[in-house]
Amino acid sequence: MSLMIINDLVFVLIASITLLSALGMVLSRNIVHSALALILTFIGVAALFFNLGAAFLGLVQILVYAGAISVLIIFAIMLVMHGEAHKTNRFNPSLGTHLWGGYIAAVMTIGLVAAIWFSELPEVKGRTVEDAVGLLAGLLLGNYVIAFEAAAVLLLLAVVGAIILARGVEEQ
Amino acid sequence: MEHLFTNIAQILTSWMVSLGLPPIWADLILLIGQWTIIVVIVTLNVIVLVWLERKISGFIQERLGPNRLGPFGAFQTIADAMKLLTKEDIIPSQADRWIFMTAPMLFIVIAVMLYAVLPLGQGMEVVDLNVGLFYFISLGSLSTICLLMAGWGSNNKWSLLGAMRSVAQMISYEIPLAFSLLGVVMLAGSLNLSEIVTAQNRYWFILLQPVAFLTYFIAATAELNRGPFDMPEAEQELTAGAYTEYTGMRWALFFLAEYTNLVAVSALAATLFFGGGQGPWLPSWLWIIIKTYLIMLVFMWMKWTFPRIRMDHLMSFSWKVLIPVSLANILITGLGIEFFRGMGW
Repeated sequence: MSLMIINDLVFVLIASITLLSALGMVLSRNIVHSALALILTFIGVAALFFNLGAAFLGLVQILVYAGAISVLIIFAIMLVMHGEAHKTNRFNPSLGTHLWGGYIAAVMTIGLVAAIWFSELPEVKGRTVEDAVGLLAGLLLGNYVIAFEAAAVLLLLAVVGAIILARGVEEQ
Repeated sequence: MEHLFTNIAQILTSWMVSLGLPPIWADLILLIGQWTIIVVIVTLNVIVLVWLERKISGFIQERLGPNRLGPFGAFQTIADAMKLLTKEDIIPSQADRWIFMTAPMLFIVIAVMLYAVLPLGQGMEVVDLNVGLFYFISLGSLSTICLLMAGWGSNNKWSLLGAMRSVAQMISYEIPLAFSLLGVVMLAGSLNLSEIVTAQNRYWFILLQPVAFLTYFIAATAELNRGPFDMPEAEQELTAGAYTEYTGMRWALFFLAEYTNLVAVSALAATLFFGGGQGPWLPSWLWIIIKTYLIMLVFMWMKWTFPRIRMDHLMSFSWKVLIPVSLANILITGLGIEFFRGMGW
């Protein structure tokens, strides 16, 4: 068995786990189970990054998405939840919402596929990036520093907004 | 002595290749073998650690500690382990079964996965990962989810409260933990743990980064949920926090994972701040064991000396003291590096 076949097998395994847990997230009736399936999806995506040789990106995916953001999601769910857990993620029965949901999903899918199809992706076969962290840092804090800072300010605004929502504004 | 284990590994690989195995399979088998040995050693070591902790707590509180079974009560933890193994595994009828059952297993799996990148001697890491330190931090962040699963799955208000507390605490202290390590990374210029050890040939980083070590130590105590930051367990108010409903082996898995994490965090401190396996006379793998044990003793000393801190004090300490201090440390380290580079060092 050659190395390529093993690589392909690993890819198929990771991809199927990722897709199955994504399905589990959508189909589960219990919203906490959905959140946990979402975490598994994130970890699957991280494993895909590893498989592509981008260890740093995979670890960022785990640290930021699986380790922090999803925990906050679960936290929020638990804080606002009341009633029985297995009825928290019910399906909406009306046809109109189904159509809208399907429409938005289709547009997103077509958009993504088109974006990937029409953009020129340089092939880097057989070339491994030695200092990926340094290159990424150079790009983020060099060429794209304005976008980077803008994203930081946006996140800061979100934090301030969350605090105001949580504590309310004091009347003068 | 220095190359004892690396030589054994080399002999085993060449033996397997001579038997006709392709080199990649030989490497894979060796990898799994190293992994298994580390996991077994770490797990058995917990028996020693539990005994040590009980003896030390006894010493600090002017008691005797375990003293009946074996010399100095040394077999007490073995007896306890036997008891835990044979106890009934109770799953509450109202629990979220799958989440309840998988939480302790995931917790121990994540704990032993941390050891994949730790250099346990010169050239003795299982995987020489380029971003090893980052791997350690991001895997560690996953263990919050296990506690959350345990607290949620138990369907018990003490468990849920304990899990909430531990998650709030661990997320808050993850930030100063990562920031404090950045100073070391800036000095070494690498995220590779064995390269960080080599960078300490002249000075150990504890001398250059004392503030970073202090913040790391405090934040790690909180990450480990150890006293004086053991709010998530807080027996007097929450019975046992997220572990309340767990019995027998499942509870023991949590216990095992906590001590496994303690060893991992101490070994990381030894690697980053105390020169890893560097030291005179003794081989490197012995040095790292000695250093790790010394740091663990300090952790235990802290736990049994300080009283538990109130939850809101704990959170504000992280956000208002540790994070600004670690940020200032990064700034000063950066300025210092530029300054000395300008001086032509």
